[in-house]
Amino acid sequence: MDRRSVIKLVGATALSAPFARVARAQDATVKIGVVGPRTGLMASGAAVTHFPQFKLWEHEVNARGGLKLKSGHKKVELIEYDDRSQPGETIKAVERLAADKVDFIMPIYGTGYNLAVAPVFDKLGYPQVTQAAVTDQIDTLTKRYPRLFIVQGSTTSYASSAVGVLKKLKDDGKIGNKVAVVNVADAFGIELANAGRGIFDKSGFEIVYDKSYPLGTQDLAPVMKSAKAANPDAFVAWSYPPDTFGLAELAKVENLNVKAYYSAVAVAFPAFKKKFGSAIENVLGCGGIQDSAEIRDFYKRHHDVTGVDADYWASPVYYSMLQMLTQTFESVGAMDREAITAHLKSHTFKTIIGEMDVRKQKLTRYWTVGQWQDGTFHAVAGVGFTDFKPVRLKTGWA
Amino acid sequence: MQPRPRGFVQGLRATLVLSRAERRDVIVSAALLLAAALLPLIATDYWLSIGISIASFTVLATSWALFSGPTNYISLASAAFFGIGMYMVGAGLPYLPFPLLVLIAGVAGVLVSAVVGLATLRISGVYFVIFTLGLAELVRQVVAWAQHVMGASSGLYVLISISDPTLYWLLLGMATVVYLVGWFIGRSRLGFALRIIGNDEVVAVHCGINTARAKVVLFVISSTFASVTGALLAPRYSYVEPSIAFSPFLSFEVVIMALLGGVHRLWGPLVGVIPFTLLWEFISSKFPTQTTILLGACFLLIVYFIPRGVVGLLEDLFRQRYGALKALFKSGGGGRA
Amino acid sequence: MDVIIIGLLLGGNYAIMAMGLQLQYGVARIMNLASGEVLVCGAFGAIWLFTAYSLSPLLALIGVVPAAFVVNWAIYWLMILPLVKRAKTQGQLEVDCILATFGLSFMAIGILLAMFGGEFLAYSYLARPFEILGQPYSLNRVVAFLCSTVLCVGLYLWLHHTRAGLTLRAVSVNPSAAGLVSINVARTSALAFALGGAVSASGGALLSMFLTFDASTGVMFTMKALVIVIMGGLGDIRGSIIAAFILGLTETAVATYIDPGLTLAAAYVLFIVILLVRPEGLLGRPSS
Repeated sequence: MDRRSVIKLVGATALSAPFARVARAQDATVKIGVVGPRTGLMASGAAVTHFPQFKLWEHEVNARGGLKLKSGHKKVELIEYDDRSQPGETIKAVERLAADKVDFIMPIYGTGYNLAVAPVFDKLGYPQVTQAAVTDQIDTLTKRYPRLFIVQGSTTSYASSAVGVLKKLKDDGKIGNKVAVVNVADAFGIELANAGRGIFDKSGFEIVYDKSYPLGTQDLAPVMKSAKAANPDAFVAWSYPPDTFGLAELAKVENLNVKAYYSAVAVAFPAFKKKFGSAIENVLGCGGIQDSAEIRDFYKRHHDVTGVDADYWASPVYYSMLQMLTQTFESVGAMDREAITAHLKSHTFKTIIGEMDVRKQKLTRYWTVGQWQDGTFHAVAGVGFTDFKPVRLKTGWA
Repeated sequence: MQPRPRGFVQGLRATLVLSRAERRDVIVSAALLLAAALLPLIATDYWLSIGISIASFTVLATSWALFSGPTNYISLASAAFFGIGMYMVGAGLPYLPFPLLVLIAGVAGVLVSAVVGLATLRISGVYFVIFTLGLAELVRQVVAWAQHVMGASSGLYVLISISDPTLYWLLLGMATVVYLVGWFIGRSRLGFALRIIGNDEVVAVHCGINTARAKVVLFVISSTFASVTGALLAPRYSYVEPSIAFSPFLSFEVVIMALLGGVHRLWGPLVGVIPFTLLWEFISSKFPTQTTILLGACFLLIVYFIPRGVVGLLEDLFRQRYGALKALFKSGGGGRA
Repeated sequence: MDVIIIGLLLGGNYAIMAMGLQLQYGVARIMNLASGEVLVCGAFGAIWLFTAYSLSPLLALIGVVPAAFVVNWAIYWLMILPLVKRAKTQGQLEVDCILATFGLSFMAIGILLAMFGGEFLAYSYLARPFEILGQPYSLNRVVAFLCSTVLCVGLYLWLHHTRAGLTLRAVSVNPSAAGLVSINVARTSALAFALGGAVSASGGALLSMFLTFDASTGVMFTMKALVIVIMGGLGDIRGSIIAAFILGLTETAVATYIDPGLTLAAAYVLFIVILLVRPEGLLGRPSS
């Protein structure tokens, strides 16, 4: 075939194919839509927290014969799309799933992305249950979108918990009141920093260094050296994974002498422990878990089924969220979207993190601050939880 | 020798005198526009979303080509102006009504692009390309830093609703304006000057054409459309943050779609945007796990097999089969003959 | 004083990132938008060798460099050369290259994703303090700087004091004239392209000692490299090196004395100012 014919053939196929949406395997399965970033800025986080969860869920549900609905046992089938970390694509993917007539659309990953598709979920009538959305506008959003369930705490609560942990150490006389604060100049980092600043002031701390750095900064040495030069008692970084890692490495090299070191995102990642080994001892960060046999079993299963090690912040909550959904599907007995929404608003659920309650469309109990102690990232603060392990002081970076 | 100076009204009237071929063009275009406007009435949500995507990229790519077509300068600054427009809405929404903010976004686009345009006249070729890339990144960094310094997380939430059909018609309207502007430019003295500049800038200067002014005017027009588009799309995204509003990826997409279509015809970018969007959609929906690899492969195929863009392809096909219709396509507005 | 040292260390990083692209664009005239992905491939290679075989990244270079050279040569010969032969003007070639290498970068991302997954990878190597003038610096960064210096000096000497280097420079000045003096332009360009790719990959391997990488991080590196290469001007490899160091020093100075939040903004302002003052870059030849 000559070039011209090839082009015509390819062109014709390409143009006609979208019109012919393949009839998917029919009602023998429950069709579940999954959207997330496989590539782009958000991909690395989603690869640990988001995608493996659905693989695990599908495996576990189908292993016991499928969802137990009124019409009998139905296996679940995942239909997945990559949104390439672009909200426009997320919107299209969700609409594509609706056109595919999926029975349910799983949580969306990323605050901005959840917000972009919220109007779409609302219009299409799908419940939007999500964990990966940290915002201070939870009440505004849930009022505007009655089908939105934010299974996550507010930004301010994370900031205030972190400051609270430090305040307790200060009040107990274990650390002084000088704190160096840095933040990444991106949405979550900026919001945490702004929330944290006011609370630090009110708690009697003196902020001796307060700067932001651009997302993607390769060398944070100037930041770390300047922070160190200000002689802080505690160091707080409202940071993202790449800078969390960068700052920690610098703190180690500089032997930053602080008795409390907090870095927001990614301290809870297994990769953090893998890279730094024993130096992470007593580092604080977002998340944390309160150990239990169920939780330990979850981590083992996650590793065995997906090959990825779950993190110590979002993963257990994600899993619990999916447990909640499974219980809802089976209690309602059908993939009736309105009934599912109503059920979520009127029941609580038993999960690996204890009771999960989203009746007011937001999460009532979650762990906010964790600390690496003896190789496990234990929760040392949270909302709606008690009985935390005592916070330890950082003693060097060996 | 300079063309005899004419008054503005006379000039305007002159541009409105149409030849028979041009009148045919206008009728065909109007018919196509009407057909496009019917989309929200017949399409599902999914296809309307694709329509919105196509419409917004048509505006972006065609206005980009207004500048880059005649001057042959490739600008990667689209994201900068798109983001500025988005941020005008995001930052201003608690205080001002949306329509006013769209207008303000346009004004901001004009001001920033005028400054940038004047500053960059001496830079050309690949230096210009990367300069515009650096510009977009600079704007992004400054906005991110300003957000931190102002303690602002206000204005990031754009929680107003514009229905999809309304947005689509607004974008279609914008696209029409872009085409009208392009058409007028093509028929005006500016268009004449641009054709000469495009062929040989040195000759143009020797003819007494103010190449600097021509380039700046085009750059401003092109960038302003980008800002307004960004402002219109802000409610759709609901949440404005630097990495989303100023995504460099957007600049590349616009350039590629325009180049794929062909920048030397006014309707070139349009025939780049449509197949490109549909192709991406096709690959994303049929091959969800190998999306990026296949997209890359498609690019390569397009580069090798469609070297002169879709415009070139269409013209080849038509020249082969329908010699008479050649006249119809050739008379469609600014660009090289 | 430590500002200067940190700035130099950072400059060394940047030089490595840009050097590969400088060779590919300056000599082979190929605007390679996939250069960041090549760097990431080199980094992944080093990471894999380290985590699976505990092989030091410095030793991993022995494997990474030739592999990258061969792959990039193949890319040039099979993918780029047809475009070169077909293009009637430099402008047309640039457009084609932008599109083609953009497509290539997508494919590279997809392949890395399939091979390594989407999560980010990092390891710890030489994360020990190294004292210079009483102040501690990361040993791994110092080592990367030294390697980068050796590489840059080596390349410069090779380009200016060997016959092969002379051939490369001839092609970079004027490809058609070079053809007239019986230089095989296609093979020389392929050599430059492959060499550039090998340099980028080795840069990735070195950077992997202290930066985190995932399949999608290539874009950032491409953009930085583009800025540095253009800022330095296309005529001379020293331009990129100087630009890289100026950038490193500026960013560090701004981070320490003004506000770390403005580092990248300052970098771009610097870039813009340099281009406004000298539109062909620091050491570039004024365009014909």
